[in-house]
Amino acid sequence: MSTATRRKPKLAVWKFSSCDGCQLSLLDCEDELLALAGEVEIAYFPEATSATVRGPYDLSLVEGSITTEEDCERIQKVRSASRRLVTIGACATAGGIQALRNVADVDEFVALVYAQPEHISTLATSTPISEHVAVDFELRGCPIDKHQLLEVIGAQLAGRRPQIATTSVCTECKRRGTVCVTVAHGTPCLGPVTHAGCGAICPSYNRGCYGCFGPMETPNVSALTRQMRDLDTTETVIDHLFHTFNASAEPFAGAGSRGA
Amino acid sequence: MPDKRTKTIRTATLARVEGEGAMRVRIEAGQVTEVALDIYEPPRFFEAFLRGRDFAEAVDITSRICGICPVAYQMSAVTAMESLCGVEVGGQLRALRRLLYCGEWIESHALHIFMLHAPDFLGYAGAVEMARDHPAIVADALKLKKAGNEVMRVVGGREVHPINLRVGGLHRVPRKAELATLVEGLERAREIALGAVTLTATLDFPDYEQDFEFVALAHPGEYPIDRGRVVSDHGLDIAPADYMTHFVESHVPWSHALHSQRTDGSTYVVGPLARFATSYDELTPLAREAAAGVGLRPPERNPFRSIVVRSVELVHAVDEALALIADYEEPDAPALEVIPRAGVGHGVSEAPRGLLYHRYEIDADGTILDAVIVPPTSQNQTAIEADLRGVVERSLDLPDAELSVRCEQTIRNYDPCISCATHFLKLDVQRV
Repeated sequence: MSTATRRKPKLAVWKFSSCDGCQLSLLDCEDELLALAGEVEIAYFPEATSATVRGPYDLSLVEGSITTEEDCERIQKVRSASRRLVTIGACATAGGIQALRNVADVDEFVALVYAQPEHISTLATSTPISEHVAVDFELRGCPIDKHQLLEVIGAQLAGRRPQIATTSVCTECKRRGTVCVTVAHGTPCLGPVTHAGCGAICPSYNRGCYGCFGPMETPNVSALTRQMRDLDTTETVIDHLFHTFNASAEPFAGAGSRGA
Repeated sequence: MPDKRTKTIRTATLARVEGEGAMRVRIEAGQVTEVALDIYEPPRFFEAFLRGRDFAEAVDITSRICGICPVAYQMSAVTAMESLCGVEVGGQLRALRRLLYCGEWIESHALHIFMLHAPDFLGYAGAVEMARDHPAIVADALKLKKAGNEVMRVVGGREVHPINLRVGGLHRVPRKAELATLVEGLERAREIALGAVTLTATLDFPDYEQDFEFVALAHPGEYPIDRGRVVSDHGLDIAPADYMTHFVESHVPWSHALHSQRTDGSTYVVGPLARFATSYDELTPLAREAAAGVGLRPPERNPFRSIVVRSVELVHAVDEALALIADYEEPDAPALEVIPRAGVGHGVSEAPRGLLYHRYEIDADGTILDAVIVPPTSQNQTAIEADLRGVVERSLDLPDAELSVRCEQTIRNYDPCISCATHFLKLDVQRV
């Protein structure tokens, strides 16, 4: 790969509306960062370097959601400059926590936060990147898991499928031997319907999963909702659990009071 | 060749900051006539969607404001709710939270000193480029950063958006044996941090001083991190509840971040320089010795030297983390019971980049009725613009490319977190 005759693949990291935490996960790969920098050319990553290399890029990592007219146009340019485009994190894959505006009056939100709302330009919705351009892979999480990020980068560059489990957080609890917080303590937990990837951190800290990796493939949300009601979980708690970090991702979006 | 004074220069992206923004500097006939830090990070409306949520949810929701300093948001949120409900978390539970916060300081300061700010002084585009000539420095920096992240992972559950803090304490307290795994990495980190003080002190600093009021938390017997009164080097000494009567936020047309000023309109600064000025005596002896060893004493008024002060704070944070681990005894319960009551609560803590204030109003059921969050970068924005003006006025002879670099460096002195303040800075120098 790193022979003088072979061009290093160009990596770019793009930011849209987000907290920067997912791209920080790349810098948090303290043991692997310099090795990665040996294998790829970091061509565009403003949070880490002011040096920029023109596209096209072999792999673009995109963090954040689309919330402005300008960003609707910018993501098209990013797509056309990228051979492979991978979205990282709940903002990019589902609209993020800022998608809570999608079911509210955004003008009211602007007026609440800003004294002079006329200076604020924003869309009424926060939408995932896949609603605007074709996406080659979506890595979930709020935040993403850095080991999964390295797996996805490696796989994209090698031209193979990333080995990312599509099962639930429940399976991760079983694998690490964590006692079920719902069975043992009646704690509401989104583990049965949430995409695996974090390693089931919350239950290992004695709390229920709050769904930050978003819905798994084919989750049974209604069965879980029934179970939570049987355990006397209030409708408000159920609503808030489904409608926070991945509020716009189906079927979380239609769960709870928004469901039939 | 056109007259330099009539040239308009646009440089590309200002990198190595968290978030997106732009910068306008207008020079007319050799005079700086306009300086504006334009934060165009799209607004995310946290204060609006917090309304109607439960008081126990603010800790996990507000952490999403910033991936670089989530613990700061979490701590300001929980302390606001606890003070509102008449609960004070003390003893080993507080020690664990402070340990988590030290982890964030170590991770964030190491990132900023070595990966974001040092490349300015040493003439590199970033840490990866710097690693080609200085592999040992970058390798050490990554070890230091990792030591902080390990504290976050063990105490908080993960590095970005930890999950273990809650109103009243934590969800689970770590075993002594879990904390013991952190010691070796932190001891190595302490040596690296001491080296960072010596290294950063030898950098070449532009000659520039400012005279703004330094505002930070202070609490007897401790360096300000997780609690304290709001004090300044001009004699301010107020309870967190009085914050909004002494500081005002205003909205300027060019920015999605609100600007903070003192109510009398004067400019103030939060962050490492402010803490160093007001709580120097509370640094650990080792951190004070390290400062003295390089001739650094409070108050330090050259914002470019904030990189040295940040290194001293790194020594402190590692030193204190080790002390907290050495003194740790597992508490009986992970959290105190907190029963909501109607009222208003205020929470303050020291994010790595400065004071972070939260104010919540909740009803008797614990539902949030109103939320106000004042991040450190909004508070520093006026000072950043003033520094830019001052620095540009002293550097008019510099070629445009160098002037741009100097301006970017001036902004990075503040370790600005623009995602917090509401995304990338673009520098636009106009010479008319």
